[in-house]
Amino acid sequence: MSQIKIVNLQKSFGDFTAVKNSNLTINDKEFFVLLGPSGCGKTTTLRMIAGLELPTSGEIYLGDEEVGMLRASERDIAFVFQLFALYPHMNVRNNLSFPLKMQGYKKSDIKNRVEEAAKLLRIDHILNSNISSLSGGDRQRVALGRALVRRPKAFLMDEPLGTLDAEFRELMCLELKKLHLDIGATTVYVTHDQLEAMSLADRIAVMDGGEILQADEPNIIYNKPKTKFVASFIGSPGMNFFEVNEGISKDQSFINIEGAKFDIPKQLEESNGSKNFFGIRPENLTLSNNEGLKGSVFGLEYLGSRKIITVKTSLGEIKVKTDISVNVKLNENVQVKPSNNNIIIFDGETDKSLNSEFIN
Amino acid sequence: MDTSRSYLEPSSFSKKMAAAIIIVYAVITLIPISWMVMTSFKNVDSAISYPPEVLFEPSLEGYVNLFTNRSRQSQEYLDSLPPPENWYEELVRSREMVITGPSKFLGRYSNSMIIGFGSTFASVFLGALAAYAFSRFRVPLKDDLLFFILSTRMFPPIAVAVPIFIMYRKLGLGDTHLGMIILYTVVNLSLAVWLLKGFMDEIPKEYEEAAMIDGYSRLQAFFKVVLPQAMTGIAATAIFCMIFSWNEYAFAVLLTQFNAQTAPPFIPTIIGEGGLDWPAIGAGTTLFLLPVMIFTIILRKHLLRGITFGAVRK
Repeated sequence: MSQIKIVNLQKSFGDFTAVKNSNLTINDKEFFVLLGPSGCGKTTTLRMIAGLELPTSGEIYLGDEEVGMLRASERDIAFVFQLFALYPHMNVRNNLSFPLKMQGYKKSDIKNRVEEAAKLLRIDHILNSNISSLSGGDRQRVALGRALVRRPKAFLMDEPLGTLDAEFRELMCLELKKLHLDIGATTVYVTHDQLEAMSLADRIAVMDGGEILQADEPNIIYNKPKTKFVASFIGSPGMNFFEVNEGISKDQSFINIEGAKFDIPKQLEESNGSKNFFGIRPENLTLSNNEGLKGSVFGLEYLGSRKIITVKTSLGEIKVKTDISVNVKLNENVQVKPSNNNIIIFDGETDKSLNSEFIN
Repeated sequence: MDTSRSYLEPSSFSKKMAAAIIIVYAVITLIPISWMVMTSFKNVDSAISYPPEVLFEPSLEGYVNLFTNRSRQSQEYLDSLPPPENWYEELVRSREMVITGPSKFLGRYSNSMIIGFGSTFASVFLGALAAYAFSRFRVPLKDDLLFFILSTRMFPPIAVAVPIFIMYRKLGLGDTHLGMIILYTVVNLSLAVWLLKGFMDEIPKEYEEAAMIDGYSRLQAFFKVVLPQAMTGIAATAIFCMIFSWNEYAFAVLLTQFNAQTAPPFIPTIIGEGGLDWPAIGAGTTLFLLPVMIFTIILRKHLLRGITFGAVRK
């Protein structure tokens, strides 16, 4: 097992830059998730770590070794593909032993290791089955098994749960987490699903437009997003933003929006320009009868224990996540106000969050 | 209204119609072939009798004549010989002839085998490598190259017979096995590249990537993972290539005489006494038909079975 480190990594396809100048350190035994919308460069980053794409510039370290320009076969990493890529002309046992055969293990060793991995993944009863007769979940387990038997330095997984049914996905998510705890292997996992990322990751890197915007633990990513994109991408629904047409100065602790005065955490940093954004998560807002922004109820979504109310105001649509007991009707006039001081100001020019007493 | 079957399933009437059309077609194609096989088991007289004999006493005379050279002898000479050692000598003597040696048929037949299978293997092997490169790599001028490869099929191959004849004479390739293998490979290669590229495009590149991550080089991954999955396409391509090079007549007449002559130009030259020896020709064509038939039957299961089915969820 090993640490993975990427330094100034860049990848261009013709004029298009898929990954821009990225730096990242993935610790030994860490479950690390690359999260972002499609086309953000997360898969390209993973494929460069695997050796399936060569970087345009930059370095990749696996342990102490620089592997950026090595072939995939020389890197000692395992890769789990979204479509599994199990060899259809071999049965489960041969699929699992395929990587070991290349490394010249003795037949008895191969048999032992295959059976050990099969037992761990609970696929020992289907070792002699054909791939085409397996269910999605079993194929996923076989694909994991093929990665596992080699005991590689790191596991790379490219949306491995993406093609599974919802029911299987939750199950496999749990199994993956358990497997990671059991074998403690450095794992890099690519997904666009924030729930998967949140539940699996030790740390998450959020990517957009080929850049790594923030790499942190899930709760920090959620509560203290460093950029507006991270704040809106994470969370369901994402953070609400209002435009603020004034500069923010140091030590400022209130803000005027549309004539209403809002308390904000004491700012430790001043803004670059005079157009900024006020960000607040839907669960930190509440409905009120006498204060806050005026608007009318535009949409209602029930989530079981919680309810999302969309309010149309002069600043645009605001999502409020409230208790199920809050009773409003469509088109009813309401007022929206923050329920606490978990407010983040984003700089209008850099899209980055400004340091305050809440976030720094 | 009959609701017991799905709308997608043909009605029993159209199924019967389809069966009838297939049977008629099969009969039309099989009549010449069965006539040929029947002729091969007739004797010289019943082969040309009129009206044609559908029921006849089978004889192996055609096959004996195909494999032997014979000469007619006087009855006195035949009487002076020791009794025949085996059934075919007896058969030949009953026609007042003696066997003077084996005919050239076996040699021509094995020439056909060597050239047919040799060029089929070469076409499929080179075609698979080229198709893989066109399918996976960024080849400069890819589309132009593919068009150029296809353009070699836009004229009948025999149109270049004269230049090839002269080239082969200069290069010393005329009447050699190697020359014929190269020629048939060149003709078949464009078909092989195009057919196989289609099949390679269908194979997800994740398979090779998985194999490369599992420690295999690209070439090893090609042989261990891509080729087995392209078996369906390889089988189909091999059958097409085999049928062409096995049946090819014009170049074989032009370029081969002794050393590398294949069966197609040889069979029509089997001449009997006072006319064509139809049973021997029938025997030659029947035996000539067998390898392609067997080859196709062996590869048929690959043609029908989609081995990659279900391995990848799309």
